[in-house]
Amino acid sequence: MRRLIRRLSIYFLAIWAAVTINFFLPRLAPGNPAEVAFARLQQVGSVSPATLTALENEFGVNTHDSLWIQYLKYLNNLIHGNLGVSTTYYPTSVGAVIKQDLPWTLALLSVSVLLSFALGTFLGVVVAWKRGSALDTLLSSTMIFFYSVLFPWLALMAVYFIGFKAGWFPFGFGYDSQTTSPGLSFAFLGSALDHAVLPALTIIVSTIAGWMLTMRNSMITTLSEDYVLMAQAKGLGPARVMFGYAARNAVLPSVTGFAIAIGSVVGGQLLVEIVFSYPGIGNALYLGIQNQDYALADGILLLVIVATVVMNLIVDLLYTVLDPRTRQERSA
Amino acid sequence: MKPTPASPASLDESQRSAPALAGGLSSDGQPSQASAVLSRLGRLARGLWRLATINRKVMIGSGIIAFFVLVALLGPLVIHQNPNKFTTNLMASPTAAHLLGTNQGGQDVFSQLVLGTRSSLSWAFLTGLLVVCISVSVGLIGGYFGGAVDDAFSLITNVFLVIPSLPLAIVAVQYFNRATITIALIVALTNWPWGARVLRAQTLSMRSREFVTAARAGGERSLRIIFFEIFPNELTIVAASFITTTIQVLLAVAGLEFLGFGDSTTISWGTMLYGAYNGGALLIGAWWWFVPPGLCIALLGSGLALLNFGIDEIADPRLRAFRPARRRWRFGAKKAVQS
Repeated sequence: MRRLIRRLSIYFLAIWAAVTINFFLPRLAPGNPAEVAFARLQQVGSVSPATLTALENEFGVNTHDSLWIQYLKYLNNLIHGNLGVSTTYYPTSVGAVIKQDLPWTLALLSVSVLLSFALGTFLGVVVAWKRGSALDTLLSSTMIFFYSVLFPWLALMAVYFIGFKAGWFPFGFGYDSQTTSPGLSFAFLGSALDHAVLPALTIIVSTIAGWMLTMRNSMITTLSEDYVLMAQAKGLGPARVMFGYAARNAVLPSVTGFAIAIGSVVGGQLLVEIVFSYPGIGNALYLGIQNQDYALADGILLLVIVATVVMNLIVDLLYTVLDPRTRQERSA
Repeated sequence: MKPTPASPASLDESQRSAPALAGGLSSDGQPSQASAVLSRLGRLARGLWRLATINRKVMIGSGIIAFFVLVALLGPLVIHQNPNKFTTNLMASPTAAHLLGTNQGGQDVFSQLVLGTRSSLSWAFLTGLLVVCISVSVGLIGGYFGGAVDDAFSLITNVFLVIPSLPLAIVAVQYFNRATITIALIVALTNWPWGARVLRAQTLSMRSREFVTAARAGGERSLRIIFFEIFPNELTIVAASFITTTIQVLLAVAGLEFLGFGDSTTISWGTMLYGAYNGGALLIGAWWWFVPPGLCIALLGSGLALLNFGIDEIADPRLRAFRPARRRWRFGAKKAVQS
């Protein structure tokens, strides 16, 4: 329990730190972000001078408030879920943009990450069990290549070779907007699923290597433990020893690794979404960057950090279930 | 994946035995200073060679890295085409004159690729070095001092470990000017926590060893103990962390450049990908433009990863995968049943 409270305070601090960095960045940066954003807005349509004042308040330019007051106002806005107005989707608020795009990202991310983790861990177990075999050599060397592949590059390859050349799957947007519209219809869900295949495949292929290699190493170490030998000596079948004795214990480092890697997976997913013009928050972030839409980018950063923290928390809880040792008070 | 404490010993041993071997071979005559320098260089080269060939993964990995380093160093001497020169030969597929074709500005992709190696490689290694410096300082100082210092450092480390580095870097970099140094600094500031955590754990276990107690009793100052007594004993972990970090940094810098945060005046693999993505390479089917830069990144990353896994295998013999060892183990298991 103490461990959990400690972790919770770290997560809380992480969110606070991110919020604070987010507050100070535009104030430390050279130039006038408010004017840039205002100029963007003027291209879109007529804007009142009041909007400029609002923008200046947001970025801390030309205000008479002290830094403290600005900070408190900023926190107050955040707590009320007010992330500012997006200049890209003017006059839609950042919150509304995120609300619209988040389900896409969440669905894609959860499915591909879970599949990749399960598949990678399973492959790691098998490869460690048969280490030195042709399968091990082949898979391990392929995986070392994919371990260091650039997410958006793999996405480009998938778009071009599988989507464009072979034409097996659609390679842009989240659904076919000409034949279907979002809703709970089979046509829409089918189309959405079809469009999610390539992005999901990209994420799975570029993250599976990490899980497999981690699991392989940890499994090999576990396989030399005495209790595995004991299980074999008792005459238990290979599958029972492999999964019931070795893999169960070897998976713990992978679970820790999962918590640490989730941040980079989310980052990679954002890049993949951009290449596929997938209607998630990654694509919104990209549009935001291109249009110097600071409010949108900041809002998405906060969301991503909160999401990462929540996923870390889930992994922590899972770890407590998986490893009885962490439930004891003495462990830190 | 982390090297076990056994690793410093095993690497030290090979380092020690290699020069000894080389010394034995060349000790018969060193009359002039020049030949002494030469023989020392030869010994160093032989030592390095032995280190590189000790394990197959290390060998292939260092071979790949050496190749890219050579391209980065010598490439500009070999390339005679100006990579920035616009020609009217647009989006041409590979020919003898343009080994990897041209892009939408008619620029030669092959010479861009070769010249981009220098920027991508040097920034990856420099940023990796910076990250390791931060990790070492935070990890060793926190782990050695313990108490409030350690609590504060661990807290900062754990907090930054949770914050996803790429999104933070994206948001941070948009406020600043688009120079590669900005990207490098931001990537460095967002990637140090993992190494710091590993090094802190190791320092924590080193702190109470006898040689540290002896140094403390001898009146050495804390910073000297940390950086001259403890640090050399953690070199393998630092090296492993440097390699892992360099892969991450290589990918992070390329990712940010792909998003268009790069310096558009320098050529690197990341800016090439940015150009290809935004220049419609996909629609025209100019695979020669977007495939090579990413392939180079993945290959260099694989080389680094192989080196790292090879070092792991040297450090932990259980990870070495060769059949006889497994048969023996199996045999042992059967024997255990019989007896």
